This record gives sequence, C-alpha cells and structure tokens, in this order.
Amino acid sequence: MGYVAVKGGTEAIEASIERLRYNRLKGERHIEIETILATMKGLVDQVMSEASLYAPMLAALAIKQSEGNVEEAVFTLRAHRSTLPRLYYSEAIETGDMRISRRISSSFKDIPGGQILGATTDYTHRLLDFDLLIENQQEEKQWLQHYKEKIAQLGEQPSSQVFPKVVEYLRKNGLVQTYVDDNREPFDVTKKSLQFPTDRSARLQTLTRGQTGAVTSLGYASMRGYGQVHPNVGELRVGMMPIHLSSQNESEEEQYYIGAIEVTEVESFVPVKGVSEESEEALDFEIGYGMCYGQNETKAIAMSILDQCLQHPSSDFPTHDEEFVLLHIDSVESTGFISHLKLPHYVTFQSKLDRARKGQKGEE
Amino acid sequence: MTRLHQFAFFDEGSKKEIRRTILKAISIPGYQVPFSSREMPIARGWGTGGLQVTLAIIGQEDVLKVIDQGSDESVNAVNIKKLVEKTTGVTITEKTAEATIIQSRHRIPEQTLTEGQVLVLQVPAPEPLRSVEKSERQTKILHAEEEYSGAWLQLFEQIMKYGQTNTGADHPVYVAGRYVMAPSPIPRFDNHKMNHSEALILLGAGREKKIYAVPPYTDVRSLAFEDYPFTVESFATEACHLCGATDTYLDEIIDADKDKVYYQCNDSHHCLERVNGVIEGKGDISYA
Amino acid sequence: MHDEPILKIQRLEKVFGRGCSHCQHEDTRQLEKNFCPYCGTVYACRNISFELFPGEILGIVGESGSGKSTLMQCLYFDETATGGEMFINHEDFKGKNIFALSNQQKRNVRNHILGMVYQNPTKGLKMNFSSIGNIAEKLIAAGNRHVGEMERVGMELLDKVHIPLFRMKEEPKRFSGGMQQRVQIAKALSNYPPILFLDEVTTGLDLSVQASVLDLIKTIQREMGISMIVVSHDLAVIRMLADRTMVMLNGEVIEAGLTDQVLEDPQDAYTQQLVYSLL
Repeated sequence: MGYVAVKGGTEAIEASIERLRYNRLKGERHIEIETILATMKGLVDQVMSEASLYAPMLAALAIKQSEGNVEEAVFTLRAHRSTLPRLYYSEAIETGDMRISRRISSSFKDIPGGQILGATTDYTHRLLDFDLLIENQQEEKQWLQHYKEKIAQLGEQPSSQVFPKVVEYLRKNGLVQTYVDDNREPFDVTKKSLQFPTDRSARLQTLTRGQTGAVTSLGYASMRGYGQVHPNVGELRVGMMPIHLSSQNESEEEQYYIGAIEVTEVESFVPVKGVSEESEEALDFEIGYGMCYGQNETKAIAMSILDQCLQHPSSDFPTHDEEFVLLHIDSVESTGFISHLKLPHYVTFQSKLDRARKGQKGEE
Repeated sequence: MTRLHQFAFFDEGSKKEIRRTILKAISIPGYQVPFSSREMPIARGWGTGGLQVTLAIIGQEDVLKVIDQGSDESVNAVNIKKLVEKTTGVTITEKTAEATIIQSRHRIPEQTLTEGQVLVLQVPAPEPLRSVEKSERQTKILHAEEEYSGAWLQLFEQIMKYGQTNTGADHPVYVAGRYVMAPSPIPRFDNHKMNHSEALILLGAGREKKIYAVPPYTDVRSLAFEDYPFTVESFATEACHLCGATDTYLDEIIDADKDKVYYQCNDSHHCLERVNGVIEGKGDISYA
Repeated sequence: MHDEPILKIQRLEKVFGRGCSHCQHEDTRQLEKNFCPYCGTVYACRNISFELFPGEILGIVGESGSGKSTLMQCLYFDETATGGEMFINHEDFKGKNIFALSNQQKRNVRNHILGMVYQNPTKGLKMNFSSIGNIAEKLIAAGNRHVGEMERVGMELLDKVHIPLFRMKEEPKRFSGGMQQRVQIAKALSNYPPILFLDEVTTGLDLSVQASVLDLIKTIQREMGISMIVVSHDLAVIRMLADRTMVMLNGEVIEAGLTDQVLEDPQDAYTQQLVYSLL
C-alpha cells in the first residue's frame, strides 16, 4: 500500500527527512555561505531574481540548504519572503543614475560613453578548464596582485561613472515617442492577484520574477514565429542602483539611502507601424523593457521581448496572450502544480473508475 | 540557530487580508474572490490555498484535524498538520466531532459536521468553466452574466456520447441559485453534504489565488438535467472489510499476493470509530 | 406596411478609434471613404436607421468595407454600438433601448429573440462538439434543462436542414462547408427566434450548394414566418431572398426601397454602377 498507508504516514515522513539529511552530510564536506557568495554569483543572482527578494546572503543559504537545486532554493526563499511584512516602498529609481559595470548596444556601433564589455562569458570559448580541478592558491594570489596593480595604473573606472541612455538618441531624432512620467501607484503583484486585463506595472513585475528558463523559452518562441517581436537590443546595462526611502515626517520629506542593488536592464528597440502627422504611414520604434536582479542578461532580453509582445495583445500568438504568458512562467507555481501529481489521487481515481465501469455495463 | 516565526506563520497584515477575503466569500456564496496568495513553505498544488485559510482563521483555542483523501495519516495531511502545529501549537485531533477546523483534500468526512465547525477544502482548479473557456478574463464575464450554458453543454455532450454524464470527482454545483462552483475534487458521493451544511465550508486555491465559500444552510445543487438525475458512485453490494459499512465511500484495495480485491472505508477515522463502537452506521460490523 | 415593426433601429453609429478635432463633428468632418486621414479613426456605421417588419426579409447590400457586417455585429451585440437606439417589439422589452441594457440582459435578448448565421461556420459553431450538442447549446442558453426534449427539437431541425440523422452526433468539423452552414442554420433556429440575421451565408460555397442553402432559407422563412436580415455583397442572393433592400457605402445607407425597385430602377449613381456591372 506504500506511501498512502492508512497508518504510518508520520513515521514514513520522519524517515524520509532523515534520509535527506543523511544524503547531504554523507560526503562529509561543507560549503560555506561565503564560498557560495564568492564563487557562484550567477546562481545567487538567478535565485534572488526568481524569488523576487534581493538578499544575497539568504539566497546563498537557500542554495546551500537545497543542495544546489535552483527550484528548491527559489521556493524556500519565496516562502521566507511571505513571512516578512512590507514596511516601505522605495522611491522610484532612474536607471540613468546606474553605476555601470557593463553596458553594450547592438543597435549602434558608437554610443555616447562607448561600449563597455565589463565581465562576460560571451567571448570565452566554452571548453572545460581542467586546470580548475586543482587550483594553485599561490599562483592565483600572484595573478590577483598583478591585476590590481594594472587596474590602478588605468585610473578612473567606469563603475564610478554615469552614462547617458542610448534611447535618448532615438528620442532626439523623433523615432521614439516621448512620454510624460506615469506617476500612478503601481500594481503590487505580491499583495494582489493579477486581474485581466493587466496593466504594464503588473506585467513587468510578473515577468521579472518569472522562471529564467520559462521567460527565455517564450521570448525565443516569439522570435521564431510564435509571436511577432524580433527586437534589436538598444542597450543592455549591468550595474548598481542606489535605493532610497522617503519618510514623511511633519510635512518635511526626507530621503534615506538604504543600500544599492545590482540589476540588469535591457531596452529593446522594436519597429512598429505608426501614423505620422502628415498622415503617412511611418516606421516608429517602441521599447521592450527588461529588468532583473543581478546579472542575468538572457532573461532580461527575453523579458523585453515578452513585454513588447504583451503591449500588443493578439489571440493569434500564445506569446501575445497575457494570460498564457503571465500565468505560466512562475517557478513556484509551475513546479508546485507539476509536483502535486505525486500526491495520492485515489479518491478521484476511484470516482472515474466508477464511471468507466458503469459506462461499460451500460447502466446509469 | 533557530528563528522564531510568527504565530500561524504569516505576519498579521497578511492574515487580515485573507480574513477580509474570506468574509467577502461568505457574503457572496460560491463566488471566487481573488486574493494575493502568499508563497508557503509547502509547494503550490499541495494545499497552500487551504493552508492559508486555516492559518488566517486559527486561534489558540482551536482544535485542528487534517485529512488527505480521507486519511489523517496520509503524507500530505501529516505534512500540513506538522506545519500548523509547529507555528501555532494548537491541539491536533483525529476525531471529527472534536475538531473546530477540519482541513481536507478531496473528501468531506462521513460524520455529519455541525454548527460551529469549519471545513476547509483544498482546491487545485477553482474555475468550473475552465474546461470550456481557457481565458480567466472571459470566465469572469460568464460568471458575472450568469452564462453557464458551457458547463451544461459539456454534460449534454457526455450524455450524447456515453449515454450518461461522465464527471468523476469535482462535479460542478449551483450555489444559492446563482453561482456555478467547483466543489473541489471531492467524489460525487460527497456533493450532497454541502447542501444545507451546518458547518461553514471554505475553499482555498493557493496557486490560482482564489477563496470561495458555502455559508451554513446554503442551497447547493449538483448540476443535472431533469431527465438525467445526478448520481453518485456506488459500490454495489460491497462493504468495508473492517467495519462492514455499506453507506460510506470505499477504497478498492488490491491484494496482489492473493490476487484479490477488497474494500475498505476511505474515511479512516470514521471506520475506526465504528469498529470501536463509538458511532453507528449502516452495515454489520464484522471482522474480516 | 401593415403591422408594427418588430425591430426598429435609430441613428446607429459604430466608430473604431478615438477621433480627433478633424473628424469629431459630423457636419465638418472630411473622411476618405469612412476613414479619418488625420487620426486613423474608422467610422464604420453612420446614422443608420431602419425598420424590420414581421415575416419580411430585409436585404443589405454593399461592397466589402461598406459597414454592412459591422452593422449586423452591432445588432447581435458581437460589437458594441457607439451610439443609436434599438427597439424590439416584444412584451419584455417594449419601449426599452436594447443597446442601453446590461450585458446580461442583452444576452437574454440574444438567447430568446435573436438568431445569427455567420459567414464563417467556426464563429457560429463549436467545431469539436457534436452537431446535436451545438443545437442544444442554444436551447440550454434559453433555459432548457431536458435532454430528451432538446434531442427531439435538434433532430427535427437537423432533418429540416437535410442533415442525415445518423450523423447528428458527429462534430461539424467533419462536415463539408455546405453541411456546416446548414447545421449553423438549424442552431440559429433552435429557439424559434422571431428575428434571424444571416451574414454572407453563401459566400465561399459552390454554386449548387449555394442554391440549396438559399432554397432552405426561403422555405424556412415561408413555413416559420421569421423576420430576417440578410447581408450580402451578391445581388443575386439579395434578388432571390429580400423583400426590401438597403444599399450601403462607406458606412452609410445611400438607397433603400423595395428590392425590385432598387434593382430595376436604381437612383443613386453608386447603386446604378453596382446593378449594371452585374448585368
């Protein structure tokens, strides 16, 4: 009768949890949180992004606890998030103020401020580096020392600079519309459930905490023809954004700096047909917007594609259908419902069986 | 390092929001009220909707019973019980009559619930019209306009094709003559227990972010055509091999060694009480 | 005409777009066909008024883009009319502007008083449900909860539109275009609506199939006395079915009268062109 035994469920669960602990410990090796933070930034970034909680230390703890299983780590961090009251909303940030560590445009060769490659695997050869099997600490220390000296000689670093946005160039040329700031209160997807049709703030929030693989796949599908958006990356930037809170004490508004977060931001340029003042059909550009915690460039680009798709709803393409996209990209929801199939379903199955048998016998 | 969690896991703001949702749900019987639905320490699809309802309404004096597929000891029930016990310290019971809150997946207990009790059902798919209309935006309009021909048409098609309706568990019901509602995947056998139930019934769907309710003494009718009345699962002449009951929902158990099938009460606690002579029911008690 | 009209439309408007200073005022607007060149707003139906009498067939003819299909979609509430009034001579709705009713009440009107046959059967039928189920859908919507009765009505209607009864449990997707159209007609008739709309119902069918569908419509109209509005770009269809005809161009009615009169002695230059190009 296995795991649905009428009695003994409690003992069976206890034993299973013990086994899980044993599996984690049996190798007799430990990984420090500090080691995860120092060496697995990509993983920490992904977990924070999908959990929608910017907390590198807690993300690293979740990764350690889940033995590197991303889906579990995201789940654990999200559950922790539920226990935290929301005390404040930060002030809106202006990404023009970003302290850049990487910034490229694939739409223009020369951009004001220049292309800054920063750190990326984009131009590496993906060959297994067997030297990493045994690392020589002494050699690495020397390399580090040497590198730091070299950097010091170069003077000011871009990470302390602010760069103009590429989109401003198109805007000056009248190819992208200028909008007035939309200062309406954004929808908070963590406090209210999505209601359709959604507004853009709700869509962007849902996309940014979407599962990396799911967001990427759907963005890809749009480019392949199951959608109508195939963009140019106008600008991709990675860097630190300062976060401020304001307190309204006795009519006096004060802002407090509470720290900085690293984000990846993408502005994609998508050509659309518009009507110009002279009633001629003209080509215009719209912006697809992507942003996520940490450095996660593929996800941010894919998000910008989906943002643009959903700005133009259509029932002809699944990627342009907001219910299809937004209700299926969340990691906690999709993995939860798939895994619930492992729960016993014998009452419902018995009910189906009853129908099937009566159908066969031809009775009602 | 052990961290202290809030009583009943959530912060008070979250609980208040869920309770407001519940109040609205009770005020509009059968209507699915959206709520934000927190991520829980158990997975979406594993009863997070029911769990959120339970945690939002539970107080220190409450006595909780949790069952999954009729059993107090099934893995999911145990898991949920452990979490509530750990974060609230309330008394846990297996006795249906003793409980003030009963959280259940896919069953309504055999023993009739009474006034003052709350039954919390876990719901995987709250939208009874989803199989005829995939869009949430559209189904909301259909409910608002009381346009349920899609649900009826499905039953009609089944009769045309199979000579009978073909629904298994989760057979849709009409609540208070207004909203068509998914009763959660309870067997058809349990549908009538919702009609004029003395206990308050709350249904929570965590992943789909909906809470809905059947207040006490509310009219609940299973969808059926005039000339094809609603029928429930029946077990012919079979009786429970433990307590002899003939009026309960039975599990079919296959004994591979003896190549034999025998039947046993699905509601394990009810069965035990009958064997112990605590409660009475239909069927002879015989020890197989 | 003899009776009171069963359907009366007054100043119906349908606009797609927000309009701008150039086109918002009826008197000063300058459109290209029905389109404002400044803001792209489309004036699909403009100031349309007409009456439909019991038992008559009213034809609406015009080229594609003339607004005739949009008009019909407004009448069946598939589109929301931007302005105007709709009255139905029915005890439940006497004196009420139907356009101003709630969506739930409009659905009620649609379920009990109106029937619609679309050009494309996929719009009017559920292709994956049985043909008998498709007919039942309309009956269910009108409140029927008796399987046996709905089956009987459905069989009667399928027989009337010449669908062999042994195929009634098959899905329309397995049928030919002409058969699908006949199932759609049976469905539209199932609640015996006093008013039936037919939108380009023979377009895309073979000539011989067209003839049999038109024949069927004519027979039904004679036997059941249903009032119909028939939209078509095909003058032959209008000539065969309609008692009276309206000619539409760029969202406006430019000529109306008895069908024979309109076709034999067209007054408007456009109608003349339309009629003579056919001859």
